[in-house]
Amino acid sequence: MQSKPIALTILDIISIIVLGVAAYLALVFAPTELVMGNVQRVFYFHVGTAWVGLLGFVVAAIAGIAYLVTKDMRWDRFEVAAVEVSTMFFFITIVLGSIWARPAWNTWWTWDPRLTTAAVTELIYIAYFMLRQGIEDPEKRARFGAVYTLLGGLSAPITFMVIRLFRTIHPVVIGSQSAEAQGGFSMTSDMKVAFFFALFAFTVIFIDLMWRRIRLGSLQEKVEELKLNISM
Amino acid sequence: MSPSPSFFKATMAIVYKDLAAELRSRELLSAMLVFSMLVILIFNFALELDIKVRQSVTAGVLWTTFAFAGTLGLNRSMAVEKDRGCMDGLLLAPVDRSAIFFGKAISNLAFMLIVEAIVLPLYALLYNEVRIFQLSFLGVILLGSIGYIAVGTLLSAMSVQTRTRDVLLPILLFPVAVPVLLASVKASGGLLNGATFAEILTPLNLLIVYDVIFIAVAFMVFDFVVEE
Repeated sequence: MQSKPIALTILDIISIIVLGVAAYLALVFAPTELVMGNVQRVFYFHVGTAWVGLLGFVVAAIAGIAYLVTKDMRWDRFEVAAVEVSTMFFFITIVLGSIWARPAWNTWWTWDPRLTTAAVTELIYIAYFMLRQGIEDPEKRARFGAVYTLLGGLSAPITFMVIRLFRTIHPVVIGSQSAEAQGGFSMTSDMKVAFFFALFAFTVIFIDLMWRRIRLGSLQEKVEELKLNISM
Repeated sequence: MSPSPSFFKATMAIVYKDLAAELRSRELLSAMLVFSMLVILIFNFALELDIKVRQSVTAGVLWTTFAFAGTLGLNRSMAVEKDRGCMDGLLLAPVDRSAIFFGKAISNLAFMLIVEAIVLPLYALLYNEVRIFQLSFLGVILLGSIGYIAVGTLLSAMSVQTRTRDVLLPILLFPVAVPVLLASVKASGGLLNGATFAEILTPLNLLIVYDVIFIAVAFMVFDFVVEE
């Protein structure tokens, strides 16, 4: 039995601490936004989870390519871990966004480019899991999974560009703002502290969860091997 | 392997095989056609396609019909290869694997275009929509079909090897094909409502970008999908 590495335990503890600090900064430390009030505080975690959600999908696409080139099953475990963790984070992003959108836009959901792209991306990765479920052979599962993450990773940005042909109301807090966006604001320096710390915190949590998921994947494989040995 | 006369010949041989088989059985085309008519019939009553509604939804109705009929055809065309071990025979042939992809893709595209060539005039007749017959509209239909079939052929080669088979294809294909469907609807809808060519240039460009990227990617990864 492989024991849990100490570094992972340390990272677990750090993750919990940074999550606590990020929550404190977002909920207490950051000043209340003038127009939207307290609901704007959702923004810190919304962007934090979105960032790691998208990061994971990029990581997954790269791992997919790496798998196709090297045929090393470790890349497959890496890819599954990235997709799984990101799908969850991305789901949280959508839920948090909805919570904010209800008071800010007066609706839980609207078919804005970013929202639509988020929904489509989420569906692509749910389809990814359904694809993997339908294949028994682990090597074939890894191959097909890698091909599909590649297709998904390429189509998501084009989806975004296509839907932009319709108008957008999603605010852009960093960078230039579209004239039609509703619910935008500019950050004060205290807000920036909370914002960047949230990004940092979620990156740490993401790495922690990825690590755990990869470890789980290799343990699963070991169990399969042991089962095979017994039956033989 | 670089494209050579033998590559082209192999591709065409597969296209010829599919078209000849279809000409004799007519299973696939008849199924796709009847299905398309049924979808339009359902839309007719579900959306109450009177003249005002039609103005905004015609492009959407047509593309939904083509997408559904397309999955039907893609599934069938790959399933016949798999069922009788035909795919293994093709893979054993000493030709570049991507020739198989292009062969299948071209014959799938041919089936889809034949269906469109029958459904579009029929729709025009039923709803008195003569603007369907402009060259740019047909061009958009062609570009959209190419993109849809390129990804569809690749994914159907994948889904046919899974346990859930034909159930899985639309689930895999639709989210990835969203850009192609949206851009096509936007461009063809614009044309039907009297937009000029310049006005639909953006969706048209995205359509071309999508086609180029996905044909290239499908060409590159098809090997990984069929290898045993």
